[in-house]
Amino acid sequence: MSADTLATAKPAVELEGITKRFPGVVANHDIRITVRPGTVHAIVGENGAGKSTLMKILYGMQKPDEGTIRVNGAEVSFRTPSDAIGVGIGMVHQHFMLADNFTVLENIVLGAEPKRAGLLDTAAARARINELAETHGLRVDPDKLVEDLGVGDRQRVEILKVLYRGARILILDEPTAVLVPQEVEELFQNLRELKAEGLTVIFISHKLDEVLGIADAITVIRRGTTVASVDPGEVTARQLAELMVGSELPTPETRESTVTDVVTLKVSGLTMEADGHRPVPKGASAEAYVAKLREEGKRLLLDDVSFEIHQGEILGIAGVEGNGQSELIEAIMGIRPAHGLIELTGRDITSWSTLRRRESGIGYIPEDRHRQGLLLEASLWENRVLGHQTRKPARRGIWINRKASKADTERIVREYDVRTPGVDTLALALSGGNQQKLIVGREMSGAPAFLIAAHPTRGVDVGAQAAIWDHLRDARAAGLAVLLISADLDELIGLSDAIQVIYRGRLVAALDPSDITPERLGGYMTGAIAGTEET
Amino acid sequence: MPAGLNRALLTVAGAIVAVILAIAICSVAIVAAGGGPLDALAAFFDFGATERAQSNGVAALIDRAIPLFIAGLAVAIGFRMNLFNIGVEGQYRIAAICAAYVGSTFTAPGWIQISVIIIVAALVGGFYALVPAVMKVTRGVNEVIATIMLNYIAINLASYLVRGPFSGQKEGDLTTTTPPLPESAMFPDLNFVFDWFGMVRPTRAGGLWGFLLVAIVLGVVVWLVLERTRFGFNVKASGLNGPAALASGVAPKTMVIAAMVMSGAVAGLIGLPEILGDRGAYNSNFTAGLGFLGIAVALLGRNKPAGIAIAALLFAFLDRAQGALQEAHVPASVVTIIQGVIVLLVVIANEITKRLALRLEERRAAQQLARNTPVEVTA
Repeated sequence: MSADTLATAKPAVELEGITKRFPGVVANHDIRITVRPGTVHAIVGENGAGKSTLMKILYGMQKPDEGTIRVNGAEVSFRTPSDAIGVGIGMVHQHFMLADNFTVLENIVLGAEPKRAGLLDTAAARARINELAETHGLRVDPDKLVEDLGVGDRQRVEILKVLYRGARILILDEPTAVLVPQEVEELFQNLRELKAEGLTVIFISHKLDEVLGIADAITVIRRGTTVASVDPGEVTARQLAELMVGSELPTPETRESTVTDVVTLKVSGLTMEADGHRPVPKGASAEAYVAKLREEGKRLLLDDVSFEIHQGEILGIAGVEGNGQSELIEAIMGIRPAHGLIELTGRDITSWSTLRRRESGIGYIPEDRHRQGLLLEASLWENRVLGHQTRKPARRGIWINRKASKADTERIVREYDVRTPGVDTLALALSGGNQQKLIVGREMSGAPAFLIAAHPTRGVDVGAQAAIWDHLRDARAAGLAVLLISADLDELIGLSDAIQVIYRGRLVAALDPSDITPERLGGYMTGAIAGTEET
Repeated sequence: MPAGLNRALLTVAGAIVAVILAIAICSVAIVAAGGGPLDALAAFFDFGATERAQSNGVAALIDRAIPLFIAGLAVAIGFRMNLFNIGVEGQYRIAAICAAYVGSTFTAPGWIQISVIIIVAALVGGFYALVPAVMKVTRGVNEVIATIMLNYIAINLASYLVRGPFSGQKEGDLTTTTPPLPESAMFPDLNFVFDWFGMVRPTRAGGLWGFLLVAIVLGVVVWLVLERTRFGFNVKASGLNGPAALASGVAPKTMVIAAMVMSGAVAGLIGLPEILGDRGAYNSNFTAGLGFLGIAVALLGRNKPAGIAIAALLFAFLDRAQGALQEAHVPASVVTIIQGVIVLLVVIANEITKRLALRLEERRAAQQLARNTPVEVTA
């Protein structure tokens, strides 16, 4: 590539000192990025590092509180996405925004229809789409219905839609998240052609091997700010992972081992089908049925997952998001049916309801606290009752014991340092960290035997993070078995007594946290280091 | 100020603003219809010239409010968990005719007779609501569509039953009716209450219906169940955040069935005040449309029994004035306009005050905590 000559040209996009605050938190802080024209520029960072906010600012969906944006050398200020489109910036969203019952052509022109005498000028639209498809190598049939297209084709339609509106700078938000490897290669081929045409691509991802494969320049974002701009030729995936994860966090190290040989949770052969659970046919054994599914090439969200967690042990599950972690949690909680066996303190709980599992001592810190963990429009003490309706102190016969619940909520507020005006305050009034501390306190109540902690410190401030780690450690010392799922590799390595790597629904490697670095762990997670022989 | 009181005050303020605005808008409608807004206002408070007319007016107002209140309760139970039981209309009609017929087949001491009638009505209403609930949990049929369709079935089934199997019509009668209930089934009236206020006892339509007491007890029970029991908590949790309720062990299917059946059972009682207080049978003069009005009453009362009681009284107050309005040369349909406008405005006001309250609360908590919490960089 002629990167050397292009380097002297005006930057396609230049962000300087971008800061965006939300009530109580700073999502972006002093972001500095320079994107050269005609390049693929990757922005990498952990989930929650602030990538999405940054892209929303660049696409005019949110206004920065501080800082300047320059496009092709001229300073701009966006109020709406149409302002961004106006200067040639287009966005391909992670979740496709297409009307299924429209044709490709209709989807592409939707909102920017060429008209002739008040009617849709199909011929003009078709000509322009064909021309765009031709020059950029994005082949799609304009007359096909979108519902008949595969994921890769849909993505091409999204790109065409953006190009049709005259974009010269494309933002792709996690474009490979939904693609299979062959489609990823196809997408990259398309991106290279766009680049050859002089277009600029901003590529957001957390998949390091892919980033290294396509990007001409890489900017790393961590905790809301840009920490490094690197040349992909000069870094390895491990170094990138290190940059992404960082090391300035308080260390979540656990001291001496408290692992006992009493098994608290035993999971064997857990398997979940992608296209809906079907009971094992009568007469067939579960193993034979699962083997048959595998043979038929059915996609499995969980594939023969087996592990044990002992009293006083924290088992960490490492994996890039979307490799079966959520499904594993939901299967253990009894929210989603799966094949296989789950035993809690020696009892087979496979057929139990979620309620019964909770009553028998499973605590659950959900990955999305707003979706699964809280009643935002209810008071704190009512949130304390949630999940404990059938147990003391919340229960008194058929009644809710309000007084005892409030008193116990006050205990949680005190012991877990939840900063709140009172227990009658609505949950939504609290900051993320305080909401999370309340959830941790609730789930630790009633002496659980086993705790699922999914991203327990995601989106919380450093102080709350350290406090939550302390509570997990204390509970572990008291004999709690914990299944820890986290994208924060330091947290995972520091807290866990054992680590299993999940990749495409399978546990592919068992690692010892005392002798692994975040970089090597990152290698296992992306499949770069083979704990498995699969692609 | 405690957080809860703050929110309650805002809600009340919103409702009052909405009602005042509704009166203003309706004044325009009255002028457009050729009447005088002041005349109309006077008509609303004109309970008649004689003492007896005034007593009858008060009794009619409360008698009208009783079924509206029960209907509002029935709808609110579903609303609490985002279940739209549009089928209250059908549930109460089918329950009323079955209860009236069963009650007419035997004679027992009053309290047994009345208890049996109430239980039959609740059972039939609950059973009729079970149908859409089962369709929803087993086949995913939207309860709105199912209940609307079941309304048509119920209404036509009721008119078939009153002519056919449950008919008690005698030769020469003009109205179709079920067989008359025995004297023991008639709920004792509460006309003696008027003595306490030095008023004449009402004479119209059975006076002040004794079923008022049942309605009050029912309101308290529904409030207790929804606000204080574990079942009520599960209903609230399911309504506020389905996934969180599921993750905390609330079985969604069981909740749908339980809430729907409870709603239907309460709905079954809507027709009883009229049958047991006045008519003594289910006949072709039986008041229709209470189920649909119940939706508006529940909305107006924000799904809380106390609010529903006030809303039911307000609707009854407006309905009662229809006759007086005509005498004041204001079209009686103005009442319907006012009711519609109030419901619309209250729904809007509810939404605004709710958001306002949430935002205020957020700000208050943030202010209290901002002093000792440094801002952290997160995303």
